[in-house]
Amino acid sequence: MTLRKIKEILQAEVICGEEHLDEDVKFAGASDLMSDVLAFGQPGILLLTGLSNFQSVRTANIIEAKTVVYVRGKKPDKQGIKMAIEKGIPILSTKLMMYKACGLLYSLGIPGVDELQGKK
Amino acid sequence: MMMSAENVLSQSFEIIGRDFSRAGSVSTKVKEILQEIGIDSIIIRRAAIAAYEAEMNVVMYANRGELILTITPKKIHFKVEDKGPGIEDIELAMQEGYSTATDEMREMGFGAGMGLANIKKNADQFEISSTPGLGTTLDITLYLNQAEKR
Repeated sequence: MTLRKIKEILQAEVICGEEHLDEDVKFAGASDLMSDVLAFGQPGILLLTGLSNFQSVRTANIIEAKTVVYVRGKKPDKQGIKMAIEKGIPILSTKLMMYKACGLLYSLGIPGVDELQGKK
Repeated sequence: MMMSAENVLSQSFEIIGRDFSRAGSVSTKVKEILQEIGIDSIIIRRAAIAAYEAEMNVVMYANRGELILTITPKKIHFKVEDKGPGIEDIELAMQEGYSTATDEMREMGFGAGMGLANIKKNADQFEISSTPGLGTTLDITLYLNQAEKR
């Protein structure tokens, strides 16, 4: 599913990385705990999080996430946006809560990162 | 950065304790260095995660510390040494979910008690030693040729 489609489904705002919207996302994971993200994250993951500080962008860069979607209307701070632009990580922000954002993406066919590993 | 005759690259990075605004900058830099050298991306990712968790531990718990990155033709090695409270019970600290983190650390998305276990998972070799009241030292090794692992 393209990021553009995901943006529509989640009625999300693009914070940065508009030029990446036609790229594909194949799986996702969600957590506010960056240590958990470091433990389960796989390259190419769509990361949903409610943690809007700078560490969420750093973590996304370390695990090579495809994109970060902030839930509940959160947005990264200026430092985070600057890093996301530098590293080419598109950032979306949705007003939906975590549960609904995950539920929508899952029901429309985006599997969880753990399911992807199981299929390998 | 130093490059010796034996093709060994070594660089040290200072980590400042409790400076959350800069937390993660050392491991981001380390990742860039590994990418510049052209190391396999899967190994870079594992190395970056291990370095990041180790750096966050220093930022969260210690007064200051140092990460020394050494790259040889065979391996990547991180020595992460800190001056801090040390760890009383290493076996307990290694358990997933065990944490002594404060609310401030948790607000940063860390302190879930996954750090040391995560480092061990991503390293080929991992050693930890600690003296309560003085500090903690981590030795983290990743082999560039995974066939040479053991």
